[in-house]
Amino acid sequence: MILAGLILIPFLGGLLCWQGERFGEAPRWIALATMVAVLITALALWAGADFQLADPGAAAWLWELRLPWIPRFGIEFHLALDGLSLVLIALTGFLGILAVLCSWKEVQEGIGFFHLNLLFVLGGVVGVFLAVDLFLFFVFWEMMLVPMYFLIALWGHSEPGGKTSTYAAVKFFIYTQAGGLLMLAAILALVFAHQANTGELTFSYEALLATTLSNELALVLMLGFFIAFAVKLPVVPLHGWLPDAHAQAPTAGSVDLAGILLKTGAYGLLRFALPLFPEASAQFAPVAMGLGVLGIFYGAVLACGQTNIKRLIAYTSISHMGFVLIGIYSGSTLALQGALVLMVAHGLSAAGLFVLGGQLYERLHTRDMSQMGGLWGRLGSLPGFSLGFVAAALGMPGTANFVGEFMVLLGTFPTAPWIVVLASGGLILSAIYALTLMQKVYFGPAQKSAPLPGLDPREYSMLLGTFALVLLFGLFPQPLLDTTSTVMSGVQGLFEAPVAEAPQGGGTSEMTIDRGGL
Amino acid sequence: MTESLLPLTFLLPLAGTLLLAFSAGRLGERSVVWVGTGSIALAALVTASLGAAFILGEQSPQTVNLYTWIAVGDFTPGVSLTLDALSLTMLSVITGVGFLIHWFAGWYMRGEEGMTRFYTYMNLFVFSMVLLVLADNLLLLFLGWEGVGLCSYLLIGYYYHNDSNGGAAMKAFIVTRIGDVFLAVGLFLLFAQFGTLNIAELLTRANEAWSVGEPLAQLTALLILGGALGKSAQLPLHTWLADAMAGPTPVSALIHAATMVTAGVYLIARLHGIFELAPAVLYLVGVIGALTLLMAGFAALAQTDIKRVLAYSTMSQIGYMFLALGVGAYSAGIFHLVTHAFFKALLFLAAGAVIVCCHHEQDIRRLGGLRRRLPLAYLSFVVGGAALAALPLVTAGFYSKDEILWQALAAEQQGLLVAGLLGSLLTGLYTLRLIVGIFHGKPNSEAAKKAKAGRGLQHTVPLVVLAVLSTLLGAWLRPDLSAIFPAAPGADAHSGHTAVQLIASATAIAGILVGAWLFLTQGPKLARLVAGGVGGFFWRWWHRAFGFDGLYDRVLVRPFLTVVCGLRRDWLDAFCGLAGQLALALHAGLSRSQNGQLRHYAAATVVGATLILAVLVMLGYE
Repeated sequence: MILAGLILIPFLGGLLCWQGERFGEAPRWIALATMVAVLITALALWAGADFQLADPGAAAWLWELRLPWIPRFGIEFHLALDGLSLVLIALTGFLGILAVLCSWKEVQEGIGFFHLNLLFVLGGVVGVFLAVDLFLFFVFWEMMLVPMYFLIALWGHSEPGGKTSTYAAVKFFIYTQAGGLLMLAAILALVFAHQANTGELTFSYEALLATTLSNELALVLMLGFFIAFAVKLPVVPLHGWLPDAHAQAPTAGSVDLAGILLKTGAYGLLRFALPLFPEASAQFAPVAMGLGVLGIFYGAVLACGQTNIKRLIAYTSISHMGFVLIGIYSGSTLALQGALVLMVAHGLSAAGLFVLGGQLYERLHTRDMSQMGGLWGRLGSLPGFSLGFVAAALGMPGTANFVGEFMVLLGTFPTAPWIVVLASGGLILSAIYALTLMQKVYFGPAQKSAPLPGLDPREYSMLLGTFALVLLFGLFPQPLLDTTSTVMSGVQGLFEAPVAEAPQGGGTSEMTIDRGGL
Repeated sequence: MTESLLPLTFLLPLAGTLLLAFSAGRLGERSVVWVGTGSIALAALVTASLGAAFILGEQSPQTVNLYTWIAVGDFTPGVSLTLDALSLTMLSVITGVGFLIHWFAGWYMRGEEGMTRFYTYMNLFVFSMVLLVLADNLLLLFLGWEGVGLCSYLLIGYYYHNDSNGGAAMKAFIVTRIGDVFLAVGLFLLFAQFGTLNIAELLTRANEAWSVGEPLAQLTALLILGGALGKSAQLPLHTWLADAMAGPTPVSALIHAATMVTAGVYLIARLHGIFELAPAVLYLVGVIGALTLLMAGFAALAQTDIKRVLAYSTMSQIGYMFLALGVGAYSAGIFHLVTHAFFKALLFLAAGAVIVCCHHEQDIRRLGGLRRRLPLAYLSFVVGGAALAALPLVTAGFYSKDEILWQALAAEQQGLLVAGLLGSLLTGLYTLRLIVGIFHGKPNSEAAKKAKAGRGLQHTVPLVVLAVLSTLLGAWLRPDLSAIFPAAPGADAHSGHTAVQLIASATAIAGILVGAWLFLTQGPKLARLVAGGVGGFFWRWWHRAFGFDGLYDRVLVRPFLTVVCGLRRDWLDAFCGLAGQLALALHAGLSRSQNGQLRHYAAATVVGATLILAVLVMLGYE
């Protein structure tokens, strides 16, 4: 039941916030309490779990909840939690708190409905991380979309004479919806293929893992899943929604988008696209890694050319997610673990940068970096934190981003050395965009000399907490790695089998995959 | 017992960093200096006790394992430190010279804005540098390696109000990062081959698995060399160092002369086992060193900024160290690293003293005649300059440089030897030009006329101590590294040693004498010579250090900026947006038909019905 609780808390909290608006500032406190509750629940689960004992062969869920829902179509309300989902839910809880805190002053209108939407997004994300019934997963996948649309459209910023927040929201919606549609079609095709084989109509993840598919069908269905997740990650060239959504969204929206929503794409790849279609994924891996390299360079080069600080950070996200994509498709435990660390690290560091962007906006009322400059001495300790997060973005050792990137590259090198050599070149570009940001915003001649308000305790603790986690996971990543090691070696095992068999099994068009749980 | 003190050498500077960073400007200037210098002083004391215990003890390498950083499968790099003769030598230089520079900086930076920031970065630098030299695995070394790069970036851009300083800082970081990427790929390759990043294990396994000249060994060595070239400002990744002089002068002394820029030398010396397996790359190390020392020597002749002369001279001296590594004389390379740290730190601090006393005037042409006004700075320059120019017998620089040249001869690398000798001639020339320009002749500006000598222990003691270390006494501190490195080429041979010493002494003295004659007596003639014609051409060419900046600007920077500008609109996104454009176009077309006029609708119905009928007929209702 505790799993249902994890999902219900944000949804109930959201409704309370909506109704709490008549009591002034109450929605903020309700939302804060809700996200703290989610985080504490996740941490309690973490503390109580033993990740070492899980047997890689058997279904290795740490917690499971199974309720009948629509028995006629074989649909269940089936939630399950393992190390991977746990880490990402804890991240969701933490960044949820951050999102509530960073809107404290920024959002002043319709705070009840704002927090309803915010908490519904987070509730949907938690659902995505827990659902192991494919229909239920799709429901949550769509559920996080609608409130995000409202967050961007209603509380977003419209640039005078430029793109409006509605434009960005619609673009975000259409991209994700189109991807979701492909995924729905792929889910249904998979379910019917399974029914044709076994006579059983089910959306259960565990049952579908054992589906026998022809190579061609597996490839097509895998692409259906891949594109849906690639839109979310995002993978170039399906990234178009991201810069607009980030640039127009309120800070809390950007924090959620960069920190958590992008991670649902990576999570989907790890949980569904790879395990359901291992041999098709293995065949597709070189393309996926190539797209990863393209993303690293394309994102980084575009980041170098931006003047809007939020667009710059958005493009760096695309670049970083390229590393994650390479890690996911590398088929090495080291790189998969690295991808996970990088997901968490990017969640924290990008969220930190967006929070800083929001704080700069509150003080300067602009996001245009050409109107900033020389701010170092005028903002108290804000620039110091920026330096820390920028160092994380450029992969400075000591930050979690370095551990993630280095492990991805180190783990991928034996299988795809040239991909790694190219991707390492992206590290130079990351230095260029990160230092450009510092230079344009904080260094150079000051445009005015009057000091601006420094950080208040709320802002200071937000930044300090986030940065402390970036450093913590950079210097002591082991708790994170231990939590997910079973899951990742499971994914790696699935990946390895077809790769190893491929030379001999080239002629057979059908292959049975029977790997129980992860 | 003493080895448990080892972590203190990096924890103390870290504690200083954190204390200063979180003080957020609440500490006064004096307290900041006390905290910043104190942490390094304590680290130096710890190093001294460690060193004493090491030398008096059995001198075997000690490893302290703090914790396992990452553990995934075979990949288990730890935060573990190794103390052996090589890391002890480096550690002593870093904390010892570092302490003196921190102390002096309290005088130099007096009254500057952002003292807290300055000492935070400086302490962070020492922390990173100590980790770099103590790391027992390459991942931890890489942490220090990138950390010193970040501090270097921050300190070059310390006076951040000036845009060009920011540009210099970015240039330094990005150029060294290019080298770092090579190093990182080298690490990936090593790990893929041997399944470990522990330095000692790597060297053992490489020795077992690879034969001499193995292509993979050559490739690995080449990649590591790439990293070393970036950090140590050698050709072709040297362009950042001269611009790095935008930082405060103590920073130039510590980071861009005594310690960080020699990290590449340390790296190659540390991984000499791999370079021994790649003789072609090792030879390349020597050639790059020789080319750099000549290039930088000529460039130093044609600079007008005190600090830029010293910067090119640093490049040139590191070229000597690379030359030593290239002929397999690792020990001589490290010896020169140590003496260079003493005399170059001295020269930079003395330059700092001149600059502060002359109200931040650092153009040689606007100084002059300062020898009476600034006697201590003059003395420091003379002692440091003599060591730099390797004045025979009395200076530390002579012993280390002579050793390098002798080893080059013993290794039968006559080409490198000649380059080294020519380089020492150039060294004498530019050193004299610098000293004469600053201290002799007449003051050429108001600032120089009104210069007032610095006072106080903070100013005097570091200069005096470093001056003493730059003399013969410093050469006595030669570390015994025979347990770490293979025997140098000249270890058994002696024939020709005296000859090399004599030739080297003669060139050094010739350089100094010719320099003294030229710059003391022929000043106006020289000025006319470089004003136009062939002389002018060489002056400009050398002044721009052979035009590498312009070349890179044209070949790399501008094309990159063009790509950035070209892509700024995100064409891939625009391409995906075509789907939306198409829908809009269809919308526009179709909505035009909905115009509310009955006759259009009637006509459309008739045309549509006819078309459908026609299609039906053609499809099979014939």
